[in-house]
Amino acid sequence: MDLTVIWAFIIAFAVFAYVVMDGFDLGIGILFPTFQVGSERDRAMNSIAPVWDGNETWLVLGGGGLMAAFPLAYAVILPATYPLIIAMLLGLVFRGVAFEYRWRDPNHRQFWDAAFAGGSLVAAMAQGMTLGALLQGIEVVDRAYAGSWFDWLTPYTLLTGLGTVAGYALLGATWLVWKLDGTGQAKARQLGKISALATIVLLGAVSLYNLVLNAEYAERWMTAPEIYFAAPVPILTAIVAVALIRSLKAERHSKPFWLSLALFFFGMAGLGVTMWPYVVPPGLTIWDAAAPEKSQIFMLIGVAITLPLILAYTAWAYWVFRGKVGDEGYH
Amino acid sequence: MFDGLDALLLARIQFAFTVSFHFIFPSFSIGLASYLMVLEGLWLKTSKQLYLDLFKYWVKIFAIAFAMGVVSGIVMSYQFGTNWSVFSDKAGPVIGPLMAYEVLTAFFLEAGFLGVMLFGMNKVGKRLHFAATCMVALGTFISAFWILSVNSWMQTPVGHVMGANGQFLPGDSWFDIVFNPSFPYRLVHTLMATYLTTAFVVGGVGAWHLLKDRSNAHARKMFSMAMWMAVTVAPLQIFAGDMHGLNTLEHQPQKVMAMEGHYDSHPNGAPLILFGIPNSEEKRVDYAIEIPKASSLILKHDPNAPLAGLDTIPDDEEPPVGIVFWSFRIMVGIGFAMLGIGLWSLLARFRNRLYEWPGLHRAALIMAPSGFVAVIAGWITTEVGRQPYVVYGLMRTADAASPLDAPAVGASLLAFVLVYFAVFGAGTMYILRLMGKRPHTGELGAKRGDTGPIRTAGITPGPTQNPGGAEALPTDKEDV
Ligand code: HDD
Ligand code: HEM
Ligand code: HEM
Repeated sequence: MDLTVIWAFIIAFAVFAYVVMDGFDLGIGILFPTFQVGSERDRAMNSIAPVWDGNETWLVLGGGGLMAAFPLAYAVILPATYPLIIAMLLGLVFRGVAFEYRWRDPNHRQFWDAAFAGGSLVAAMAQGMTLGALLQGIEVVDRAYAGSWFDWLTPYTLLTGLGTVAGYALLGATWLVWKLDGTGQAKARQLGKISALATIVLLGAVSLYNLVLNAEYAERWMTAPEIYFAAPVPILTAIVAVALIRSLKAERHSKPFWLSLALFFFGMAGLGVTMWPYVVPPGLTIWDAAAPEKSQIFMLIGVAITLPLILAYTAWAYWVFRGKVGDEGYH
Repeated sequence: MFDGLDALLLARIQFAFTVSFHFIFPSFSIGLASYLMVLEGLWLKTSKQLYLDLFKYWVKIFAIAFAMGVVSGIVMSYQFGTNWSVFSDKAGPVIGPLMAYEVLTAFFLEAGFLGVMLFGMNKVGKRLHFAATCMVALGTFISAFWILSVNSWMQTPVGHVMGANGQFLPGDSWFDIVFNPSFPYRLVHTLMATYLTTAFVVGGVGAWHLLKDRSNAHARKMFSMAMWMAVTVAPLQIFAGDMHGLNTLEHQPQKVMAMEGHYDSHPNGAPLILFGIPNSEEKRVDYAIEIPKASSLILKHDPNAPLAGLDTIPDDEEPPVGIVFWSFRIMVGIGFAMLGIGLWSLLARFRNRLYEWPGLHRAALIMAPSGFVAVIAGWITTEVGRQPYVVYGLMRTADAASPLDAPAVGASLLAFVLVYFAVFGAGTMYILRLMGKRPHTGELGAKRGDTGPIRTAGITPGPTQNPGGAEALPTDKEDV
């Protein structure tokens, strides 16, 4: 396999890791206003306080990795989605500091709770819309973005934005189903059902929209022989979706979360089928945008050595904080 | 608000604003992480409650500073693409991998162990907890290593070749790129800067509490440790700064000309201009107070050595002299003031008055924020002094910016300014509030009923990976 393809998979992995890991953090933020002030909110936040920073680091790897492995893509996508990226960054600022601030300043707890929820919502929406803007195509001339200011704002990108918000809410709710018990868990389960339905509907809508968006995408999904590779994706997605709804009804603890992850995984696989081999549709393939081989090899050595270690100690950190988030320590 | 400013200037202001804000936090958290490591290590070694108290006192402050560093840092890593896309495309193959290494070897390490460091004291054994603290400290170090390598490569680019498409491509050896000529100096100087910054904050807090109650054992320990740091590191920093300057003279001579205010060449011995007002229109320093031949003595170790001035540089390659001249003097002035405090504390120690000399405590209190000022002044010297280039000698800042219109950059700049002042202003206030609390025995971390509910302490403890660990901690059920 050539290095550029390997790098495309590494970046895809980083993006996927980010989406599911920070996804449940942001999802909890999105759902935050529905929780009662006091123990419910405290426990929801505490379930992610020790891990959110590590989760967010995957975003830095996704961005930094993109710059390193596909510098041209990085240089085109960010100016093209400028307001979205700025909105996301500012959203993440508010959400990130709220973890500390809300405990430090009881008088303004409400404000920082709102910052946590609002920041999460804005970041999620901006990420989804950025994805949409990428999929609908970015105009490139002479190695630079050549479109206009508001190309990123279309019904399609609004749809992908909402889909992402719903999907993150699903991850957040199912995470809480796993980590909470009692009334908090019951509420999370309820929210999980709603967001699962919303996610499935929006995922379907985006998929159908893709077919009319770009003839090439449609071709990929509708003609042989591609269809043989592509067809399992929607079928498996449908199976997972059904299992997810059932697991939420069946009062399982961790299963809904894992099934939500699976849903995201197939969503991502579908995305891969749609975009391949472009990194910036409709013009730039991964080979057009790739860094030279020397850069790719140098980084690949680093990834090969560090990624297993990172995964190991990240897993350890999750293990240390395993189990239900209880109420002890709160008075 | 931004009428008449072009997109390029706005992008520059935006970068300068966001990076200056960002760097305030690492310059404190790098040093503080090491300090916490030392405190916890001392606690493990001596089992003295005092060290644990100090650890818990400072770790709360660390958590806030770290969170602010993280969120402002993420802004930086995306800003290359949003505002400097041409630069990212062209230099990405060289600096991108270094920044990717930073993420892989540093950011994950910090973030992965931070949770355990902040919330895990009752969940893992003491030793494992100490290991987590060490990993966080190590992570901050590695982070500085890579990002400074990137910055240094932009200052003194070597080891690359030019691609046909205008990209900088890696040459034969990554070693040359990573260890470019200015990197070792910049790394040493910046790390010592973070240590000094932290030492003066810790010393200032200690001094504040000594002024209120000179018998407070915790304040005494803090103050004493900080003053040892000041007296040892300040002279080393001045020495390193001098070496750094010599290195700069070799590789970026016009930066040194601007720092020195040398508009004219001096064929036989250049004066050291202590103060004066650089006048770039007339190309001279007005009201200069100078020491004859001293500049040649410092830079060339020979009072009569010739030194070239900005008259040898084409006008369009001249950095803005006034900014560089002044920021350099602020940094150097603070460096010597730090040394002064260090020596004063040494004198106080010999006279057995370290904890009984209000004058010293007041001076240390005033100097508490000086590290931040010096650090920012130093970066301004470095960055403005390399203008008009972003990759020194090879790529102009003007050619590096994204194809954006001024209103877009202006609007985002305005948003950053408003949000940063509000959010980081609040954070700074919370930190100051924590610092205002008296450090005491049995320091409880986030105290119940005092600062509200306690955080993650409530997670069901795992089976004992922690024989004896929890009992050893007086603050069971509290996070630190
Ligand atoms: C506590 C902070 C602090 C203190 C006390 C000093 N510096 Fe510094 N200086 C920095 C913090 C700093 C910095 C923020 O770390 C910089 C900016 C970039 C860099 O590499 O270090 C810097 C840059 C910098 C440069 C620019 C080099 C270049 O970019 O090419 C020189 C020549 C010096 N310093 C020299 C000195 C001298 C002679 C000092 C002694 C009095 C001194 N510094 C004290
Ligand atoms: C990877 C590394 C970096 C890049 C690509 C970069 C690039 C730039 C650019 C493009 C500007 C605006 C142009 C200008 O100065 O007029 C700038 C300014 C500045 N940078 Fe850097 N820089 C880097 C690292 C740093 C670091 C690590 C710091 C310090 C923490 C720093 C501090 C500053 C400051 C203070 C300015 C203001 C100078 C000014 O606006 O004139 N930079 N940098
Ligand atoms: C323009 C240059 C810079 C960029 C793009 C940058 C990028 C970042 C990013 C993305 C983070 C957040 C990482 C996380 O998620 O944990 C961060 C934090 C950090 N950065 Fe920077 N950084 C820059 C300058 C510097 C410099 C010059 C230093 C040190 C010498 C530094 C040291 C740190 C440290 C120690 C952290 C950990 C968080 C903290 O304590 O504040 N950074 N930086």
